[in-house]
Amino acid sequence: MKNEDFNCPVPFNDSDCVLMAHGGGGRMTHRLISDIFYPAFRNPLLEQDHDGCVFPVQEGRMAYSTDSFVVDPIFFPGGDIGDLAVNGTVNDLACCGARPLYLTAGFILEEGLPLSDLQRIVRSMRKAADKAGVQIVAGDTKVVERGKCDKLFINTSGIGVVPEGIRIAPDRVRPGDVVICSGPIGAHGITILSARESLGFETNLKSDTVSLNNMLSQLLKNIEEVHVLRDPTRGGVSGTLNEIAKAARVEIVLDEASLPIPDAVKGASEILGLDPLYIANEGLVLVILPETRSQEALAVMKSFPEGKNATIIGRITGEDNAIVKMKTPYGNYRIVDMLSGEQLPRIC
Amino acid sequence: MKYVDEYRNNEQVQALVRAIRKATTQTWHIMEICGGQTHAIARYRLEEMLPEQVRLLHGPGCPVCVTPVTLIDQALELAKRPDVILASFGDMMRVPGTREDLLQVKAHGADVRMLYSPLDAVRLAETNPGKEVVFFAIGFETTAPVHMMALKEAQRKKLSNFSLLTSLFTVPPAIDAILSDPESKVDGFLTAGHVCAITGNSAYHQLAEKYKTPMVVTGFEPVDLLLGIYRCLLQLENGSYFVENAYRRAVPEEGNPAARALMDETLEPCDQEWRGIGIIPGSGLQLKKTYAIYSSREKFPFLPRETEISSECIAGNIMRGVSQPSDCPFFGKACSPERPMGAPMVSSEGVCAAYYKYS
Repeated sequence: MKNEDFNCPVPFNDSDCVLMAHGGGGRMTHRLISDIFYPAFRNPLLEQDHDGCVFPVQEGRMAYSTDSFVVDPIFFPGGDIGDLAVNGTVNDLACCGARPLYLTAGFILEEGLPLSDLQRIVRSMRKAADKAGVQIVAGDTKVVERGKCDKLFINTSGIGVVPEGIRIAPDRVRPGDVVICSGPIGAHGITILSARESLGFETNLKSDTVSLNNMLSQLLKNIEEVHVLRDPTRGGVSGTLNEIAKAARVEIVLDEASLPIPDAVKGASEILGLDPLYIANEGLVLVILPETRSQEALAVMKSFPEGKNATIIGRITGEDNAIVKMKTPYGNYRIVDMLSGEQLPRIC
Repeated sequence: MKYVDEYRNNEQVQALVRAIRKATTQTWHIMEICGGQTHAIARYRLEEMLPEQVRLLHGPGCPVCVTPVTLIDQALELAKRPDVILASFGDMMRVPGTREDLLQVKAHGADVRMLYSPLDAVRLAETNPGKEVVFFAIGFETTAPVHMMALKEAQRKKLSNFSLLTSLFTVPPAIDAILSDPESKVDGFLTAGHVCAITGNSAYHQLAEKYKTPMVVTGFEPVDLLLGIYRCLLQLENGSYFVENAYRRAVPEEGNPAARALMDETLEPCDQEWRGIGIIPGSGLQLKKTYAIYSSREKFPFLPRETEISSECIAGNIMRGVSQPSDCPFFGKACSPERPMGAPMVSSEGVCAAYYKYS
């Protein structure tokens, strides 16, 4: 390990990997915090050096969400478990209509994890947090024996503020609404799969992991009538839309020809027997709103890099029949059901 | 996507549908043998596009579905041994044995690996010399050569800790059994293109002649399937019966000689039980005696040999083309992909699962 890899004043001259003692609460724990976590996450709220973080609250409504990340491998084209963990919770808050403010981060580290990997991951978390405009204000670290977890698991929780007038909820979905998809479907899941050594195929795909809050906050500023925002992570587009259909008791009809599925995702799915609609995405959002406002919404989304390929993929066609259907290229319809069992393990 | 989009093209699909409508004058029952074809038919809703007189019956060609419970139990038994790594294709993981499935024994500590290729299992054996790596080798004539390639690779590497738990089926004896059944309604067959790509068409010429039944070698995309159905209908309407290749881009008349030679060297026919149907004489493939050292059953002779199955499931009738999934009182109620009662609900290529998923 080269000293210049780190911006901390004292390099890890005693160990280059995580030891059980790093989780013991003693000197080693403090070294880990002061050498790795603090330099990466540095902000005044974190530096209160307290058991938790104290901050002023605003009037109105807040959103609060949590998510855990166990992706394998921890580094993959387009991202790593760190930016995934920040973007995941930021996006969950943004999909509540909230402006994300603060995150906490909990780390479960496996004994033997190279400290350089941990360093790389926390820096990538900081970068993702800066891009999303959030601060990581509290954290926790535990170390488990080798073999008791796989390299590292991260939990992030986050708090955000919901602006006045915004109400995002599945029960607001009405016939006449359209479903906008912000970009290409399936990139994250297929990237993770192809990054696994055992699969032996390569694609030029990258994970789509990205924070969506800047785009969504602009969208809500322009269009208060947005009814639902959802990021189709595990379970994919199909799982997410089925949840919405059931919660709102509406029929959703997708148009197969309009689905933005990259050729590499299609090809890999054909080979592996997967359906892109069930594959996890990490930088995608489904926006449901009245058709009358859809062109305006598309214009806002397309002005952000993460929404430049936004397109309408379906509409809400009826009430009381809580299903998702797809119009095939031949003009007939098939059911798009929820996934039975798991399609792929540990994708996020 | 090249080589796929052309065969999903809407204009071609509509043109074939029109041609089928025009050619059909009476009721015909056509069976596609392969689960992959069943899946595509359900996914693209092709049956709805056909005239009412053209009835599709769905054959037993899903190896996951027809692998007997006894074999699943053998795999489970092996997986539970601390000295064994049990590897198989993903589809096998959820197939219920008598009491449990591979995912359940994995959750209880068994070393079960999901692989995409049997060759990965050879690598696994190489890197785990202290363990016996058992590959649960299921399949029809399409997959059998790949399993045999893995076996030859293990032989080349002189690995003594690699074996195959085989569950291999052949299509022509199954077609023979279906057509010789007095209850059979099948007027014409779509044979599985990828099977013929290996075996060639010779066995099908005999069957077409013996049962005076058209056999059309058919692919897996909507245009392929409709073309197969159309060519089959033309034969039926004309009263002719012969083997016709409607999947020329993949299937040469003589098949794949290299793959066949490998199979001839390593495998021999055997009587084989099909889950839900029973024993069909000569419809299986087993390792030849000279390759017995790669047979998990030879290495672990204590494995369970028989399993009592009591089920009200009508899978056998469905896979023989006598009944449809909708005839089953349990379909979509007591029996679903989460809780399959029988073989065709188990794998995504099983006929009941395909119907459940898309309609």
